[in-house]
Parts: sequence; structure tokens; C-alpha cells
Amino acid sequence: MKILLKNLTKTYPPRTRKESPVTAVDNFDFEIPDGKLVALLGPSGCGKSTVLNMICGLLEPTSGSIFFGDDDVTDLPPEHRGVGMVFQNYALYPHLTVQQNITFPLENIPKSRRPGKEEMKAKALEVAKLVQIDQLMERKPKEMSGGQQQRVAIARALVKRPGVLLLDEPLSNLDARLRLQTREEIRRIQRETGITTIFVTHDQEEAMSISDMIVVMKEGVLQQIGRPQEVYDCPANLFVAKFLGTPPINVLEGSVREGMLYLGEDPVLKVKGAADQDVIVGIRPEGFIPVPEGESTEGAMKCTLKALEVMGRDVSVVSSHPAAQTETIRSIIRAEDKVDEGLRTVAFRLRPGKVFLFRKETEERLMFEAE
Amino acid sequence: MRKNGWKGWLYLLPAVAFLGVFMVYPLVDVLIYSLEEGYNSASQTFFGVGLYNYSYVLHDTYFLQALKNTFILVIITVPLSTGIALLISLALSSIKWLQNLFQTVFFLPYVTNTLAVGLVFMILFKKTAYSDGLVNLIIIWFGGESVDFIEGPYWARMFVLCFYTIWIVMPFKILILTSALASVNRTYYDAARIDGTSRFRIFTRITLPMISPIIFYLVITGFIGAFKAYSDSVALFGVNLNAAGMNTIVGYIYDMLYGSGGGYPSFAGAAAIILFAIVLTITCINLLISGKMQANTAE
Amino acid sequence: MEKPDIEKLKKRTRTRNAVTKALIYTLLVVWALSVLFPFYWMVLTSVKSYGAYNAEYIPRFFTLSPTWENYREAFSAVPLGRYFLNTAIFTVLTTGLMMVVIVPAAYAFARLSFKGRDLVFTLFLSLMMIPTELVVITNFVTITDWDLRNSFTGLVLPSVTSVFYIYLLKENFAQVPDELYYAAKVDGTSDLKYLLKVMLPICRPTVITIIILKVIECWNSYVWPRLITDDPDFYLVSNGIQEIRENGFGRENIPAMMAAVVVISVPLILLFLVFRKKIMEGVSRGGTKG
Repeated sequence: MKILLKNLTKTYPPRTRKESPVTAVDNFDFEIPDGKLVALLGPSGCGKSTVLNMICGLLEPTSGSIFFGDDDVTDLPPEHRGVGMVFQNYALYPHLTVQQNITFPLENIPKSRRPGKEEMKAKALEVAKLVQIDQLMERKPKEMSGGQQQRVAIARALVKRPGVLLLDEPLSNLDARLRLQTREEIRRIQRETGITTIFVTHDQEEAMSISDMIVVMKEGVLQQIGRPQEVYDCPANLFVAKFLGTPPINVLEGSVREGMLYLGEDPVLKVKGAADQDVIVGIRPEGFIPVPEGESTEGAMKCTLKALEVMGRDVSVVSSHPAAQTETIRSIIRAEDKVDEGLRTVAFRLRPGKVFLFRKETEERLMFEAE
Repeated sequence: MRKNGWKGWLYLLPAVAFLGVFMVYPLVDVLIYSLEEGYNSASQTFFGVGLYNYSYVLHDTYFLQALKNTFILVIITVPLSTGIALLISLALSSIKWLQNLFQTVFFLPYVTNTLAVGLVFMILFKKTAYSDGLVNLIIIWFGGESVDFIEGPYWARMFVLCFYTIWIVMPFKILILTSALASVNRTYYDAARIDGTSRFRIFTRITLPMISPIIFYLVITGFIGAFKAYSDSVALFGVNLNAAGMNTIVGYIYDMLYGSGGGYPSFAGAAAIILFAIVLTITCINLLISGKMQANTAE
Repeated sequence: MEKPDIEKLKKRTRTRNAVTKALIYTLLVVWALSVLFPFYWMVLTSVKSYGAYNAEYIPRFFTLSPTWENYREAFSAVPLGRYFLNTAIFTVLTTGLMMVVIVPAAYAFARLSFKGRDLVFTLFLSLMMIPTELVVITNFVTITDWDLRNSFTGLVLPSVTSVFYIYLLKENFAQVPDELYYAAKVDGTSDLKYLLKVMLPICRPTVITIIILKVIECWNSYVWPRLITDDPDFYLVSNGIQEIRENGFGRENIPAMMAAVVVISVPLILLFLVFRKKIMEGVSRGGTKG
């Protein structure tokens, strides 16, 4: 089912008289196409869970509306929206078995439409098979691992065949290894069922790796929406550029003069079409190409070498540059492009597609044409 | 730290001494008292050892009256007060506005002097030559017949006693149940709401099973407390409870020990041990039932 | 899924919520009134004049001519001041002595290691099961034998230990990190000094809770004082009230009686209003009435 948010806003009244009201979600306006897996991404406290809770109906928006397909569901209580939700702590009823937990939503259906006992069991088994917990039906939540509990929670959310599946930080309670495995699992389940799925996360890697679309937000304000690669390759502003990618993007101070980007007094890249001004420069770690020894370093970025970290296929070069906002600049180069560890300085040419310019005041992206 | 050996005992000494004299020794002593037949507190002599004291107590009409009163009180007040407290706690935890105020008000009876407030209840329910009393007036307004709750028929006296007992025990139960309800994770309710669970089903299928250990705790302590009822009765009906027909087991023990009918520590001891046996039995039955119920919900 | 009529649904949900809310508040208000009404009635009656009260066949819910006469009467006709003073002395003595007894005991269980500590602690805990009714008989005989009836010593002695409070305090003491103790030992601090200067200040909230709960218990205690005193010079407020009820004022002077009840109830209610959070917290951690 397609989901449309129109000018969705949530404002919390001030807690004391001195405080001003807090806007948790500010004027959200976007569409989630049918059958996609979408990540709501942002640092903690940015309002992403608030968006999720408004979509499922646990929270009432202050203004704006929510559409499922063509229906306005803004004022509809949660049970009439046809959503399944998986909570961060799973919210499995501890006194009920897996079987009972999964059939719980079915038992709430009014008698006239409620399936029979056998049918409920069959339905429960069907979703249990989908999430691969059909062997554990008689267990209690306490007797299962975190990953298994997560699957039960998903099964419970799916058993009513919801039009929309919502997951609140589905992986945050799992250890690193399980996290990788479970996120693939979520991807698979979503593909198999084709249910429009929205999940909330603060982990950009998680969001990038499995979703069809990511929605980046910060302090209640929408930053960017798009396919993961799109957002990574073409961040709308400094925040998005910084939030996505590991290792994180390198941020430096620079200036544009006559179509040329300067770091300090050194010209490093031709940036046609950008007006003269001071800028913030973001360079992805993979945007550096070391200048081979003996070649001219004219027009290259010269950094002081601090360390080399060999990672097999790649080498991570840790260096510093006076214009950088951080102490170190991290670049990832192919192992073949040898850099001598004994060197004091290392010079890089920059890949234009991996360099982003941002306006100093607004931190908005400043576009330029690469040559 | 071995040299702390004597020091530990030194720090414990006062507590051990007091507990020994006023707790452990009396425990043994009361058993002895209860077995010494014909003990005379003036001469401190007795005739023999046996179960006569128990037999006497169990055949004493005052004791049987006290036993009956106590049982009625227990059977009425424990379920009723727990039920009402649960209802009020549910209501209390589902509101935000004025919650603190209500909580404070509901706790007030806990910090009041049972004897003192009992007097207020007495004048509210009592019928005198000058006035029928407030409660009777209300009954008359509703077209009923006035009745003296303090010196009138047995059921009326029992009613006031139960009413006052419930009033007194409510704060504790409400407090415990409200904090139990608050400790149930909110996401369970959110999850249930998304699934369209009705309020009633949320209560029976989620809330109740989750707080059932606390309810059992309240029932058990409620039973123990109600079996030891005494001062509420004194507050309403005065010191001479046997005459008022409103004595309780504990009241019987004290009356045997001291006061107009007192001076019989042996009978008091026997009654105390009977009481202890009753409370112990009821507690064990309660624990058994609660264990069974827990096992059932576990299925 | 069939499409629900949104407008109708919205309305139905709203009505249902409003009705539930109304029911909830009604229930709460009804109980609040049943709790408050006796207090209101006692204050109201205490300011009605004796004549006015007895002239009201139908009691009035307010009075236009409040009087302090009953309060004067309560303090002059019966030794209410004396009862008050006795209770205050009894409360201070019992609470103070109890702290002296239970603090070292809790410290010994929490901090000191000695042979048989765990066994003794288990024995202590099992004493919690013993009802007072069982031991009061012998204690009565003991105190009588020691010739301590009608004395503060006799009143105070049996209630200066509480296994429950030892347990509560021990749990709290045990949470203080060991490093503090070792650091203090390295500095050459004695155990007693460490207990008084480090442990107690850190555990102050629990200590205060225990003191408040004990004060409430003392202020309301009735059974033991009744057994052990028959001289009105040693009556506590509870016994005083009972005495007033049986013999004082002439049995019919209800307004004066209520004035005495108000005077007795006020201190605890004030204490409660000041330490509301602490008291409720302490009680929910395991206190029971009495």
C-alpha cells in the first residue's frame, strides 16, 4: 500500500512554562511507493520514532494528514489502519507462548469475522514458517534468543496480513553478528510478502544496506529522500554527507576562486559553475588518488602522513591537513597504489564525483560541473 | 579480615540482645504457657502440662464469637478491598490530570491514627437520642429505615467494621497496585492497541497476568492483616468488645491477658498459637493456589 | 480489509473515550470524597459549639459560627497536652534507640565479615514471620516482672528492634562500593568512623525513610501501650483517645472529642504532606500498616 504524508507536523507542548514547545516532526511531505522497504534514518532524538508512531496511529499529529492508498487515515484509530508493528523491545507478552503471541491479534477480531481456532493456528504456522520459527511454537519469550524473539515479533505483526509493516529500531537490541543476519532476514521477508515496510534506525549502514529508499531526518526536519546510492552520491547538505558513509566523509575549509577550489592557498580541483566564496569541502574517503612517486604534485592536495592501516584489499591512509576540520583525514586507496610509509607528506589528486561543496552559512550543497 | 570476627558480633550485640529477650525467648515461652494447665499469674504456679488450655479456649463462647467475627471480617474485606483497590488503581493509572492529587488523597488514611478516625466513623454511623446520625439520615432520604450501626443488630455492626477496615487498608493496596501497574511496560499496551485489543481484553489478557504476583502478595498480606484485626474494632465499639459482641481473635488474646477479664496468660498463649496456626494454614493454602494459578497461566 | 466509515468511527471512538473518562473520574472522585469526608466531618464537628451540635437533629454540612471553644476544652478537661508530650517522648526515644540498635547491626551484616554471619542473617529474616501477637504475652509478663509498667522504659524496650528495617538498611549499605571502604581503611579510618562519616551520609535517604515510617508507627501504636500503662500520666494519644471516648468530657460532648481527634491527627498529616514522596516510596518498598 502506498503511503502519503502531507504536511505532517507533531508539536509537543512545553513541559514547563519557561520552555518553548518542541517540534518533533516538522512539516513532513513525501510519498512512500507501494511495496518498498523504506528506512527512516537519523540520529537519536530526531523524531523518527514519532513519525512511525503517527503512521501507526499511536500518536495523533498536530497538523497534516496521512493517507494509506487513497484513504485519509489521519484520525483513524490504530486497529482500523491495518498496520503491523514491531517494537524496539519486541513487546512480546511474557506469559504467552510463541503460538499464543502470534494468534493474539487474530483473537481481537470481532466474532463475526474472526477465523476459527484451527484456521488461526494454520495462519500462525504460516507466518512462523515465513520467519523460520515454526519449531519454537510452544516456547515462552524468555526461553528464546534475542534474534528469535525478533522473529516472533515480526510474525505477530504479519499474521493479520497488514497493508503496512512498521519496525522501530528492529536491530538495536541484537549483537553485531545477529544484526547482519537479521537485516538480511528482514529484507527477505519484505521481498516475499511485498508489504510496504518502514523501519526506523540510527545506523546508516543498516539503512543503506537493505532499503529501497531512505529518508534522512535531523531534529524533526526532513533532510533528503532517495535511493541509498543516490543519497550517498548526491547528498543534499553537509549533515546528510556526514551522516552517511563509513569511514565518514572528510570535512575541510576551502574557498572557490575563479572556478578553482583552494584548500588554503593550494588549488586542488577545478569546479566550474561555482561562484567565488568560502566553502565547506567534503571529500569521501574513496575520493583520493595518491600521486605516484616522482610525478609532479602540482595541483594535488598535500597532506602530512600519520599512519597507514592495511586492510588487505584496501589501504587506509591517515594523514592531516591544515584546512581540515578534524585532526585526521582518512582516505581509502587500492593496495596497488603504493604509498611509502617512510614519507613525510603524501599528495592526492581528487575524484571530482567524490568531492562535495557546501555553502558556509547554510551548509546547503553547492553544485559544480566537474571536468 | 579475620580479626573483624569479634567486631562483627559487637556491632550485632544490641540487636541480638533485644531480639533474644523480646522475640526469641517469648516465642518459646508462649508455647510453654499454652501448655501449663491452671497457671496462676499471682503465685506463678501451675498444676500440670497438657492441652487443657486449648480445649478451654476452643470451648469458650467468647472465643468462638471472636473467631466467627474474624472470619467474617476476613472473608468480606480481603476480596472486596483488593478488588476495589484494583479498580481504583486502574482508574488512577489511566489518567494524567490530577493524578498526583488523587494519589495523595487516597493515601491519607494510612497516616491517620486508627483509634482517632474510628471515633469519627462511630459518630457518623451512631444513632443517639439526639440524632440518627449522618449515615442514617442518608438512608432515610433514600426511603430506608434507620438502624443503629454501633449498638444495633449484628449485621449492621459487622457492616461498619468491614467498612472501616476497608477504608483503613485501601491506601496500602492502592499504592502497591498503582506502582505495579506503572511498572508494566507501556509498549505492551501500544502493541495491543495496534492489534485492536479491547480495553477489557487488554485487562484480562495482559495487565492481569502481568501484575498477578503482586495481587497474590496483597491477598496474602491482606489475609494476615485481617486475621490480626483488633484496633479498628476497638475504635468503633470501645474497649469492652466481648460485651459488644464484636471481639476479634487478637482482642480475645489481649482480654485474656489483661483488663477486666485478664490475668490468664495460658489461655492467651493458647489462643495466640491457634491464631498463628490459622494464619499459617491460610497462607500456605494461598501460596499453593497462587502456585497452581501461575502454573496454569504458564500453559 | 473492508473500508470503515471513518467519520462514524471517529465519532464512536470519541464518545466511547469521553464516557470512559467520565466514569473513571467519577469513580476517583467518589473514593476521594469517601476518604476526605470523615476528615471534613471531624474538623467541622470540632468547631461546632456543644449546644449547636446537640440541637441539630439533622446534622448540618457547614457552620456559620465556628468556635475554638472545643479545642480549649480538649486541652483543659482532659490532659491532652500530657498525652501529646508522652507520645512525643515515646516516639523520640523509640526511634532514637532503634537507630542505635539497627544501624550497627545492618553495618555488621553488610560490611563486616565474621563467622556465622550468613546463618545469623537468615535467622534474623525468619524472625520477620513472627507475628507480634505471639510474643506480646511473654513481653507483657516480662515487663511486669521487671516492674516497668507505667514507665517509658517499659513502653519503649520491646519495640526498639525491627528486623525489617535492619534488612532494608543492610540492602542499602551493601550498595555502597567496596572501594570506599578500602580507601578509608588505607587512610586508617576506624569502622565506627567510616560508618558514621561515610555510610550513613551516603544512605541518608533510606535512613530518613526508616525514621519517618517508625515515627508513624510510634504515633499510632495502641496495643502495647494499652497493655503496659494504666496510669493516665503515661498514656499515649491512642490510649488517650480511647480514654476520652470511655470516660472523658462526659460521653456526649462529641465536638470536644472531635477537637481532640483533630489535634492528634494533624501532626502526622503534616508530616505526610511534607515527606509525601519519601513515605509512599518507603511504604511501597515493603511496609505494612502497623
